[in-house]
Amino acid sequence: MDDKIKNEFGVFAERPQVEKKFYGAKYIFGGLIIFLILVFLPLAPNLGKTIPAPERKLDTPVIQKLAAKDRKCVMPTEWMRANHMQMLVDWRDNVVRSDEKGAPNIREFVTPDGRKFLASLTNTCLDCHSNKAQFCDQCHNYVAVVPNCFGCHLQEGKKLAEVK
Amino acid sequence: MDFFKRHFLVALFAVLGLVVVAYVGAQANLQILFGVIVPYLAALIFLEGLVYRLIQWARSPVPFRIPTTAGQNRSLPWIKRDLGEQLDNPATFKHLVGRMALEVLAFRSLFRNLRTELRKDPDNPEGARLIHWSYKWLWLGAIAFHYAFLVVILRHLRFFTEPVPLPIQLLEHVDGFFQFFVPAVYLSGVILVVAVLYLLARRLTNPNLRYISLAADYFPLLLILGIGISGILMRYVYKVDIIAVKELALGLATFHPVVPAGIGPIFYVHLFLVSVLFAYFPFSKLMHAPGVFLSPSRNMVANNRWVLHVNPWNYPVKFHHYDEYEDRFREAMIEADIPVEKES
Repeated sequence: MDDKIKNEFGVFAERPQVEKKFYGAKYIFGGLIIFLILVFLPLAPNLGKTIPAPERKLDTPVIQKLAAKDRKCVMPTEWMRANHMQMLVDWRDNVVRSDEKGAPNIREFVTPDGRKFLASLTNTCLDCHSNKAQFCDQCHNYVAVVPNCFGCHLQEGKKLAEVK
Repeated sequence: MDFFKRHFLVALFAVLGLVVVAYVGAQANLQILFGVIVPYLAALIFLEGLVYRLIQWARSPVPFRIPTTAGQNRSLPWIKRDLGEQLDNPATFKHLVGRMALEVLAFRSLFRNLRTELRKDPDNPEGARLIHWSYKWLWLGAIAFHYAFLVVILRHLRFFTEPVPLPIQLLEHVDGFFQFFVPAVYLSGVILVVAVLYLLARRLTNPNLRYISLAADYFPLLLILGIGISGILMRYVYKVDIIAVKELALGLATFHPVVPAGIGPIFYVHLFLVSVLFAYFPFSKLMHAPGVFLSPSRNMVANNRWVLHVNPWNYPVKFHHYDEYEDRFREAMIEADIPVEKES
């Protein structure tokens, strides 16, 4: 009996002659091309270019006036880069949501090395970094972050605070 | 160790091992390897593997017209078909496109009755009743997971483009709409992790599913969970210098790779897990993403009743006609008094 079996399909059937070609190539490779276009579309404008890293300028009049040894932020630069937003929000929460009478030093910020600052974006941070466009905005725009601080704390806001 | 534990633990330790490898690599100053070489390699493997699999698929003929007919087929004019039935049993290309769109965008198949269970029957307390019903939670978990992942991937374009396109900025804005916590919590990240945890818990708690789950099922889930958790930790807890991260990402995207100093190791863990996911993609069940478009039971018009579909490899059959038969056996037939059409 075994010798009568022609192929894996049995006694009678021929082995199917499957044509070696691409089936539905139009759709499959069309789909692949659409996928690749979608992937590269957002990347295409910058392809091959060298995008400069943002430059944070520190040469404001107030910083220039400071002696070399005083030219440091309230916290180390590395820490500030990662955590400045958290610090500003903590300052805000302290002022806005704590009882100011109960805690008279609520607006005071003491650095780890013992320097004391007024905990205020407008009066402390923006005092030295008065160049928002060349400092704050540089990185915020680079990574498309839109902090809502500057909705109120405009640079002109400082003058208002002084008038009061 | 039993079957389930072996398959689950292999996947778990594989992911944990990858985390350790990337962490140790970042500590050992192998930033160029984990920040540039591995991602490029992963992208290359992804692309090559994808093209390879698609060529394989394109070489496979689909000889039979086998659409699932999940609604009333086109029939006599007075047999009504509403839009749902036209989409579930498409008679035209237009409706076929609708069916595929529902499948790809809304996971129509998952919304159907997938579940077959023996339930206690109040009418027949001695026996049980076989019922078919749906897994709506599975559908919800799956669709939440996939769309959250899509949003997360699109959001990450802010690291690969400069300036960031407006739609991406808007998406980020909507995603962080509730503005709680600093930096603002992205809903998609939370949904992604919760949905993956649900899909994993479903596999682990349902005995039937646990029985059929292999390491290849757990590994992608755990890997994506690892990616989500490392990303969330990086954003909210172990913060990294985001400007340096973008420099690295833009360097990769513009083919001018740079490795800025001072990016925390958690970033390299995250990037390495993503690279592994991309490299693993073409060789795994994750290929269901392109594969869903090639589902033979969904991507064909159900027109069997009025279009003849011939198997392309039908070979010419040798017919033995009656004339030939009679020619061969005529004498024997006449001898046996069997009527013949031709006498000689």
